[in-house]
Amino acid sequence: MPDEICATFSVHRLSILAPDGTVDEALMPPLSEGDVRRLYELMVLARTFDQRAVALQREGRLGTYPPSLGQEAAQVGSAFALQPDDWLFPSFREMGVQLTVGYPIHQILQYWAGDERGQQAPPSLNIFPICISVGTHIPHAVGAALAARYRHDPLAVAVWFGDGATSKGDFHEGFNMAGVFRLPLVFICQNNQWAISVPLSGQTAAATLAQKALAYGFEGVQVDGNDVFAVYRATRDALLKARSGGGPTFIECLTYRVADHTTSDDAGRYRSADEVAAWSALDPLLRLERYMERCGFWNEAYASETRQKALADIDAAIVTMEAVGAPDPDDMFVHALSLPGQRQAGQRKGV
Amino acid sequence: MARLTMVQAINQALSQEMARDERVVLLGEDVGRDGGVFRVSEGLLERFGAERVIDTPLSESGIVGAAIGMAAYGLRPVAEIQFMGFIYAALDQLYTHAARLRTRSRGRFTCPLVVRAPYGAGIKAPEMHEESSEALLCHLPGIKVVVPSGPYSAKGLLLAAIRDPDPVVFLEPTRLYRMLREEVPEGDYTIPLGVARIVQPGRDVTVVAWGSMLERVLKTETPHSVELIDPQTLTPFDWDTLLASVRKTGRLVIVHEAVKSGGLGAEIAATVAEEAILQLRAPVLRVTAPDVVLPLPKLIDSYLPTTGKIRTAIDDVMRY
Ligand SMILES: Cc1ncc(C[n+]2csc(CCOP(=O)(O)OP(=O)(O)O)c2C)c(N)n1
Ligand SMILES: [Mg+2]
Repeated sequence: MPDEICATFSVHRLSILAPDGTVDEALMPPLSEGDVRRLYELMVLARTFDQRAVALQREGRLGTYPPSLGQEAAQVGSAFALQPDDWLFPSFREMGVQLTVGYPIHQILQYWAGDERGQQAPPSLNIFPICISVGTHIPHAVGAALAARYRHDPLAVAVWFGDGATSKGDFHEGFNMAGVFRLPLVFICQNNQWAISVPLSGQTAAATLAQKALAYGFEGVQVDGNDVFAVYRATRDALLKARSGGGPTFIECLTYRVADHTTSDDAGRYRSADEVAAWSALDPLLRLERYMERCGFWNEAYASETRQKALADIDAAIVTMEAVGAPDPDDMFVHALSLPGQRQAGQRKGV
Repeated sequence: MARLTMVQAINQALSQEMARDERVVLLGEDVGRDGGVFRVSEGLLERFGAERVIDTPLSESGIVGAAIGMAAYGLRPVAEIQFMGFIYAALDQLYTHAARLRTRSRGRFTCPLVVRAPYGAGIKAPEMHEESSEALLCHLPGIKVVVPSGPYSAKGLLLAAIRDPDPVVFLEPTRLYRMLREEVPEGDYTIPLGVARIVQPGRDVTVVAWGSMLERVLKTETPHSVELIDPQTLTPFDWDTLLASVRKTGRLVIVHEAVKSGGLGAEIAATVAEEAILQLRAPVLRVTAPDVVLPLPKLIDSYLPTTGKIRTAIDDVMRY
């Protein structure tokens, strides 16, 4: 009766763009100068949106809002790899994903201002309403992937969630089913090190989150989540694999939630300023700027022009959002069911 | 017309609907190779293949969650939860997502799925296999809850449920699965959701009961003229039919096998108090299980409403 090793596993971490702006050319994905500019402009848009949203919340024009500062590369880089027909299941902090795929900016704001109509995705986008109940959307992505395969649609499904979500049962159930059915699915974890006040070490005793995929029989990779090229490349490869029948992939993006959990939170209660400063030095946008500057297509003028353009788009969206006006009370009933029941019909007359 | 059991009627409905509509797919634990633990889906894997009859891992939340994604994508999934006692892990998916996807996406995504679950007591099954927690689901706007009370209604209601644009939980009373046979038309027919059935007209007292309790009321011998109502759909409830009956008879007895507190009977009684109290001649009475955890089979007869308890309740309201 030998005691032998019956399986061994390893987890890879991909990084391409160093904090000083140099890249590993051998690993660099094929991106044109135009693509890189677009990635940069989207990351600036995401950051500018975030700053404006926090300010609007402080002015009482938005409700509670979860900032995504510092996660721009992990969000924009992953969403940038998608094809228009792909199905997307974002969590609540994925404004960078929404902005990258062209979700109307005024609707993102409208939602955070407390108007459900902001969640109505345009017909051209297969993007689910953001998931508030942490991790519970992971099985929905599994179902969409099952349906896509049944229909022989040559597309992939992507789902985003945080490190906290990896402790949920639905993470396990979704991963397990995706592995069993070898689905065209890409799981993208924004490991921003915190779930409100609980650090990663309070979430799991595992050395990486990526390794969790191995237990479900598919590949898990870690990427430097502040490195937009690594995130893009890992997502692109995973999507290609998904579309060609190679099954699911789990991508753990190592990043950091630089701001508070939400505008109602004070992260100073549970983490040190030193930790925040150390991560801020790894800023994803700064890094990309350094790379572009080295390549000769970034300078202060371009940066300020990009910021101005982002601000103008967001300000126009704020005007649109605030011009829409409050929903009619009847709106609560409109989509309650396909047809209201007897009681709902009566209640509807009374509002 | 063949005389079928409820299991056969449901199997026929599933089979015919899958043949008619390629969007219909089944998923659940043991639904394929095994044909379901009650054999409800027997033969469907052979007929429709593993792409449409999906044996899933043991994963209640995953099954309902996946069904939500499939429904939003454009399929018509029929998910099975093997027993209602195991639906609790999937309540999160039903409450948090299935019930609100239409609202949250402003109609961009809908959730036309059916969750089937064997339900109710009286089959000498182990613990957790005999639950009737329909009231938990009825508290949830955005979900329809349907309970057939015989083979004929099972087929017609299930076909309507699968074709319904909203999420439907379809609770199948296990005690009735093989207990009775009824004439079930071979062809296609639906029984509309949200419409109650007057099982027998009467003058003296309205009795409302669903699922396996309906059969128990029918077996109850009473000298009084009972108008028996089977709501068929518990949400949205057909209040018009119930209230018209109560206004006529002036008396109401509600029978359900779930516990009394917070049961659907409470909602029915409250509605009658709001809408028809001036036509009532007697207090509204509920015949239900007591407020205790569902016992093992040795005590089930003391737990469930019996014909004796139903008869007593009818006699009591007739004293007024
Ligand atoms: C199921 C559930 N439990 C608790 C909450 C409250 N809550 C909102 S966000 C959050 C932390 C989530 O952490 P993580 O998954 O890492 O995402 P992040 O906030 O870091 O983006 C908690 C506990 C919730 N929304 N859903
Ligand atoms: Mg986190």
